[in-house]
Amino acid sequence: MNITLDLIVFAVLALFIVANSILAVTTKRILRAATYLLFVLFGTAGIYFQLNYSFLGAVQLLIYAGGITVLYVFSILLTSSEGDQAEKLKKGKFFAGLIATLAALGICLFVMLKHKFLGQVFEHGELPVKEIGHTLMSMDKYGYVLPFEVISVLLLACIIGGIMIARKR
Amino acid sequence: MFDFGIVTNWIHTQLTSVMPDGLAIFLECLMIGICLLLLYVIIAIIMIYMERKVCAAFQCRLGPTRVGPWGSIQVICDVFKMLTKEIITIRHSDKFLYNLAPYMVILASVMAFACIPISRGMEILDFNVGILFFMAASSIGIVGILLAGWSSNSKYSLIGAMRSGAQMISYELSVGLSILTIVVLTDTMQFSEIVMRQADGWFIFKGHIPAVIAFVIYLIAGNAEVNRGPFDLPEAESELTAGYHTEYSGMHFGLFYVAEFVNLFIISGIAATIFLGGWMPLHIPGWDGFNAVMDWIPGFIWFFAKAFFIVWLLMWIKWTFPRLRIDQILTLEWKYLVPIGLLNLLLMVIVVVFKLHF
Repeated sequence: MNITLDLIVFAVLALFIVANSILAVTTKRILRAATYLLFVLFGTAGIYFQLNYSFLGAVQLLIYAGGITVLYVFSILLTSSEGDQAEKLKKGKFFAGLIATLAALGICLFVMLKHKFLGQVFEHGELPVKEIGHTLMSMDKYGYVLPFEVISVLLLACIIGGIMIARKR
Repeated sequence: MFDFGIVTNWIHTQLTSVMPDGLAIFLECLMIGICLLLLYVIIAIIMIYMERKVCAAFQCRLGPTRVGPWGSIQVICDVFKMLTKEIITIRHSDKFLYNLAPYMVILASVMAFACIPISRGMEILDFNVGILFFMAASSIGIVGILLAGWSSNSKYSLIGAMRSGAQMISYELSVGLSILTIVVLTDTMQFSEIVMRQADGWFIFKGHIPAVIAFVIYLIAGNAEVNRGPFDLPEAESELTAGYHTEYSGMHFGLFYVAEFVNLFIISGIAATIFLGGWMPLHIPGWDGFNAVMDWIPGFIWFFAKAFFIVWLLMWIKWTFPRLRIDQILTLEWKYLVPIGLLNLLLMVIVVVFKLHF
């Protein structure tokens, strides 16, 4: 197996993601956990960019890094007081978490090693935006118009719910 | 029009002839990164000097005059002063996040800066979803500001960061809507392609009424997005001392300061690219002699002239209008700019569908 630039970049990204994921769940301060989560999302976006799927990478940055994480940080700033630290985990909870993690790892490894992947059909070059747009709004096979509309209804419900909660009586 | 792609291709072929492909690409990435950071710093220095001179002119002063001709070396001296200052640490604060926050802001700013096409063939990040990436990159800066406010362990910083974050999230919407208006007109999101489509007239002329409305909204929202001008409430000295960077000193404060100025340049550069044609010279269809003369002026001069013209416009606004209150800022965005922006988007769709544009 020869070492190429692609492989090195992937290894660096993967190490970055793994290290930050472990830090995100082991740190005691909630804002630090949110920051490490942000780094994990950056790493994932990096992998999308490496695959030349810049649309998904940009969306990952826009929605998760720029949207969801900002929302998390905002709500942490509004709710928790300074010097807030997570209490120490109880032994039972710790072991339950560990077993769940190991089981998930086992299932993932089993599926990945057992599954017969198709041959590489990786095409160089970016996917045209027009194609993504048509697929997103088409009603044919492999069209995504139904999930798209369902998500917009969900978001509308969220907005109305937010207004109902925040409204002054 | 000189194509800068020839130079980069030549460098690439020279490098690949003496070393393996992977190493060559790695070295090129390194070189581009260094050039990008150098350009970033140079732009920051020019912007700070320009700010001081323009501010002085609007206030009937002279500005810096002592160091160097017309005070031009003053900013470089200030940079060295900033570099030699002590970086203080704060007790009872989260040191890791406190030290990380300025770099997050700079990271977002550099990533957005890399999207701007400067001349033909001289664009660093040129995805076919370039505009989406630009908006994604510029939205990361908010996290840095919120982290800075939280980790400083000071009430002024925290309130400043909350205000700043709320303002930036709100105005991002208007920036996005006005850029989308132009995307409707061009049917592409790639920056280089957007510039090429303006070869027969800039979009502010081709899109007439909706494009002009979008341009005005973009200027207002862009000014608010970078926390400047009448919207520099996050650092209103009289109520919040210096907002989210109250507790920062030395180069950490310098990074926030530099990012603010370069963000102003980025907003202006994007405005120049999508409304005023970027590096594309002024072309008037039919006037072939005029167009040929205009082509003699290199692209990067056109780009920087347009960008600095818009920077000057925004500085003029900043030093003319009084500061708004926070509730007035949010009212302006949510009750006026967003509805106007949405209606304007609809108007642009009508213009494009019925082919009413030039």
